[in-house]
Amino acid sequence: MNPFAYERVMDDKAAVHAIAANKDAKFLGGGTNLIDLMKDNVEHPSTLIDITRVQGLAEVSNGGAMIGALVRNSDLANHADVRKNYPLLSMALLSGASPQLRNLATTGGNLMQRTRCYYFMDTAFPACNKRKPGSGCAALTGFNRIHAILGQSEECIATNPSDMNVALAALQAEVHVEGPKGKRTIPIAEFHRLPGKTPQIDTTLKHEELITHVALPSSASEFATHSYYLKVRDRQSYAFALVSVAAGLMMEGDTIKRAALAMGGVAHKPWRKKEAEDAMVGKQANAQTFSAAAEILLHGAKGYEHNSFKIEMAKNSVVRAFSLALVGRTA
Amino acid sequence: MSTYEHATGAPCTADTADDLAEQDLYASWEISRRSFLVSAAAVGTSAAAGMAHAESSAHPKVAEAHTMPMELRINGETHRLTLDTRTTLLDTLREHLHLTGSKKGCDHGQCGACTVLVDGRRVNSCLLLAASAMGSEITTIEGLSNGDDLHPAQESFLEHDAFQCGYCTPGQICSTVALMDELKRGDASVVSFESGHREGVPPLTDEEIRERMSGNLCRCGAYPNIVAAVRAVTKGAGA
Repeated sequence: MNPFAYERVMDDKAAVHAIAANKDAKFLGGGTNLIDLMKDNVEHPSTLIDITRVQGLAEVSNGGAMIGALVRNSDLANHADVRKNYPLLSMALLSGASPQLRNLATTGGNLMQRTRCYYFMDTAFPACNKRKPGSGCAALTGFNRIHAILGQSEECIATNPSDMNVALAALQAEVHVEGPKGKRTIPIAEFHRLPGKTPQIDTTLKHEELITHVALPSSASEFATHSYYLKVRDRQSYAFALVSVAAGLMMEGDTIKRAALAMGGVAHKPWRKKEAEDAMVGKQANAQTFSAAAEILLHGAKGYEHNSFKIEMAKNSVVRAFSLALVGRTA
Repeated sequence: MSTYEHATGAPCTADTADDLAEQDLYASWEISRRSFLVSAAAVGTSAAAGMAHAESSAHPKVAEAHTMPMELRINGETHRLTLDTRTTLLDTLREHLHLTGSKKGCDHGQCGACTVLVDGRRVNSCLLLAASAMGSEITTIEGLSNGDDLHPAQESFLEHDAFQCGYCTPGQICSTVALMDELKRGDASVVSFESGHREGVPPLTDEEIRERMSGNLCRCGAYPNIVAAVRAVTKGAGA
């Protein structure tokens, strides 16, 4: 780990001021990803600005719809309003990491989580365009079991590892950020990027901006009765997704009134297509409807040597997630 | 300064401040690593020649360490230390305060051997900077018992022979203590969600215990007895 200066800020203005003054500084939240990457010299900030004590950003309000960026993943998942109104988000959060890590990890930090691509995380591999732009992509012809099947480029086939982000994409959250020039709101669909020619850039957040809140549309609480987060992985717990599905349904009798659908583990960002959701509206909630939506969502999927199995697995997972969402809460 | 100190990341000084200004920190780290290999070879040669100590002639250009005074509350006591900012809470406990109960397994948040309680919540102390822990109350395995009176979770692990080599045990026990509080609060797990239980305290099935203890790995595979120990000490918890 490279040496770094440490400073602790207590309010949002001081945080923005500190980050804007130093292009090599990074914000420190829970640190579960950043400190880990610093130990392996993948990340090497000159200064860490500890924002964990910033006032006013660790609360959940407005019936679970307004989430402070510093709310820890475990607190968010267990917040009574979130469990009641946005169980899809709770379930996604509880599917990720371990209780210890969820106690540290923050909402803002989870949004900024970097890929778990082996070639990105290990500096012994010379080629990684995300870590070292222009060096190539070792995963293209390497062990690419956990890599992307959608939205990838020749420069990068990494995936976003977050579960929370997938639920936020399905629920169409907005990310509230604050910079030296004021505040702005970024729709979740525009927050994470596809790799394209610049895979080193994960998000549209600017260096000098601080994530302050994540907001959920109150209408998304209508998915509460019929929602499910399905995570398919190599072991039952404490593992990243091969594929995951955030599924929500608003029902009117036997007919689907509205659907929410996003996938994790398949792309550089949570994978959502409005057309796939729209195709379900007005249809009967059955395997045929779910399968048709899966075909739209997975259209154009391309596998590599070790991950082609994901395409069929993803389609099956969409059908299974909606089937479980339809059953709904039993307690 | 010995080359060994450079290699372990202990405080080192740069030649001059100007040296640092000429290169970014990443580059300086790369240089230090290469220099270390050269220096290490030099030490080997010198040792063979019977020299007690060797200084590298090419002094590595290592970015200057940042140290800072810290005040940490651990097991009810206040400790004042001056530490490199890079020091994790785990290394502070083990290397500076000689509280070696918390173990270093993977040092990457994957095994749970370093689990301690920070403000009553279980965390991986290997991923938490000591600087970040300032202002929090930290409890380690050494702080769970009341003199010779063991914590019920410690008693239960003994009673159920819930370990073999014992290396993961302090982390397993700290995790169990936190789990007991999480149950009292009615915290959910993904297993409670899957079983349709979305409010209040879920029934503590073995599946629930396994999920809730999944952040603590046991290389010996003492899981059946660990589950038994947790089941016994949480008896009565859950519906």
